[in-house]
Amino acid sequence: MGKIKKIHVVIVSGILLALALMFHFLDMEIWKNTALIAGTFVAGYSIAKKAIQSVMMKAFSIELLVTIAVIGALIIGEYVESAAVTFLFLFGAYLEARTLEKTRSSLRTLMDMAPLEATVLKNGERVIMPVGDIEEGDRILIQSGEKVAIDGRIVSGQAFINEAAITGESVPASKKLKDQVFSGTIIDNGYVEVEAEKVGDDTTFAKIIELVEEAQEAKAKTQKFLERFANVYTPAILVLSVLVFVFTQNVELAITFLVIACPGALVISAPVSLVAGIGNGAKNGTLLKGGEVMENLAKIDVIVFDKTGTLTKGKPAVTGMKAFGMKEEELLKITAEAEIISEHHLGRTIVNEAEHRGLTLTNEPEDFTVEKGHGLYATVAGKSVVIGNRKLLSKNGIQLPGNIESYAIQEEKNGNTAIFVGIDNKLAGVISIADQIRAKAADAIRQLKAAGVKHTVMLTGDNTHTAEKVARQLGIDQVFAEMLPEDKVNHIKRLKAEGYRVAMVGDGINDAPAIALADVGMAMGAAGTDAAMETADVVLMADKLSKIPYAYSLAKATVRNMKQNMFFAVGTVALLLVGVLLGKIFLASGMLIHELSVLIVILNAIRLVRYKQREQGEVKEMRAAIPETK
Amino acid sequence: MTTIKFQLEPLTCPSCIKKIEGKLGKMNGVEEAKVMFNSSKVKATFNTEQVTAEELQEIIEKLGYPVLSSKTA
Repeated sequence: MGKIKKIHVVIVSGILLALALMFHFLDMEIWKNTALIAGTFVAGYSIAKKAIQSVMMKAFSIELLVTIAVIGALIIGEYVESAAVTFLFLFGAYLEARTLEKTRSSLRTLMDMAPLEATVLKNGERVIMPVGDIEEGDRILIQSGEKVAIDGRIVSGQAFINEAAITGESVPASKKLKDQVFSGTIIDNGYVEVEAEKVGDDTTFAKIIELVEEAQEAKAKTQKFLERFANVYTPAILVLSVLVFVFTQNVELAITFLVIACPGALVISAPVSLVAGIGNGAKNGTLLKGGEVMENLAKIDVIVFDKTGTLTKGKPAVTGMKAFGMKEEELLKITAEAEIISEHHLGRTIVNEAEHRGLTLTNEPEDFTVEKGHGLYATVAGKSVVIGNRKLLSKNGIQLPGNIESYAIQEEKNGNTAIFVGIDNKLAGVISIADQIRAKAADAIRQLKAAGVKHTVMLTGDNTHTAEKVARQLGIDQVFAEMLPEDKVNHIKRLKAEGYRVAMVGDGINDAPAIALADVGMAMGAAGTDAAMETADVVLMADKLSKIPYAYSLAKATVRNMKQNMFFAVGTVALLLVGVLLGKIFLASGMLIHELSVLIVILNAIRLVRYKQREQGEVKEMRAAIPETK
Repeated sequence: MTTIKFQLEPLTCPSCIKKIEGKLGKMNGVEEAKVMFNSSKVKATFNTEQVTAEELQEIIEKLGYPVLSSKTA
């Protein structure tokens, strides 16, 4: 109701102004003044009300200044001035509200994607329930065109799901049994039954909204500076206007000075850009946690990537095997049995391969010990098994014959990770595992460079040969291989100590310490992993490398936009003040320019809502030359 | 302690922040009051024994900002 009221007041006071103009041409002086005074009171009422409210709260407000100025104008009989100022002020505020809405529209469109109800299977019956009443463990039925109301796993059916609300990708993703689905996504085609795992405020979707709302309030350094500036500026202007009065003895001039100097455009110049930028990111599955993150990201000159799961798909597969003194199957079986309780992704790969080949793992490992970053020891069926890299084997006195060493190096040069297996102090075999490079990884690196990143670095726990091969394919400047998790942290520390501004990209789980330490920590493919969403400064919901150059370019564009706005706002106020002092600008014309400057600042920010990254050259489908997995 | 979020009409002037935060913050039983300018929300943490959500809403509306909806966390 309030909004309708406001626009009505604006319209009525506008009509009264128009009437006054008509009476002016008809030489009906009394009617003209009556219309102007009526207009002043119609529009002035709500301004004066707010002014009084803020005075009672002991807060200083622009409404108070305007009210004083208008009362002053009425006393000295400047009715045109008083009516025009109140009208412009209200109309300006109305337009600002409307346009500000636009800068905030991205988040609103996201929020509108939240479903309100869902079909739940209760005691064998389909019940339509409000989203708030759904509980964990409920079975939700979702058809084509319907929205998913909870986070959960598919227990039956399959579908193409549009996940734009989460990842910003509008190409539907194919989902089948056991796949995860997210609240806010839409079934494009198909039918699924989902068991609810997270409901209400715990869903990834709800967390995104929450995170973006908080991010919009997290102030940028520029903003904090502006606020400090305003704290000095406002009293300074008060003092100056008193001085103006003392020297000129002109009340009108002093009040005009005071009203015009009000830093309206200045105060909103930075926030509007940030809100628009953050909103744009959110709509594209790229969450930037606030103004400071935006500024830091825009200044990054080194970007560090974790290899596995970031530059590569993180879904390694066994690509080759060589057994000595036993059959391949036997080697795989015993290795898998040792690895069965391992959480290491390479260990999982070996276990998966064994299961894939239909081997039944019968023996349970005993004395299972992990040598972090190197491998593990276990006893399987009475045999002592060592699985890991060269270092671990030689540490245990197991020597690699020359021909096997050259075989392993060849495998590594082909992009594989060679895993050595020693049984009862003798080398039993080498298992090769490879991970595929992500599609468009090289494009992403190139775009980052084109956008201004000076140096790209890759860190990996993997062997040097594989690491170098991947780096060469992607055009990464520097590689550090065979790194332990703490080496990664130290490396970030060193880069920072050397004065670089460092961004670290990873999956947000294994490399959380490095991500937390970097100037800007980015987690990729974070949908569904709360830890990654919490740790990282920049959260990329989709598992897509192209979002990294997007986030970087968006941050740069946002910071640029913010600066444009600030310069424009400061410049306008400075020019206006000079104009007022030189007697070229009066209250009404000053108010008009002032309101216009605020609108221009907002309109400039709206450009960011529509911001899209420029395509840089031909985007070629980059296929990894690393052996294809089956 | 309860946390509540009030959704207001779009806030346009940053000076409203001080007004709302100041007034709510001074109320008995209110632990913290924060205005989220860009999402036009007021987040308040308060002690339910000393003050009610309705009372908070009343104050915000008295200051001249109609509350559209509220949500208890």
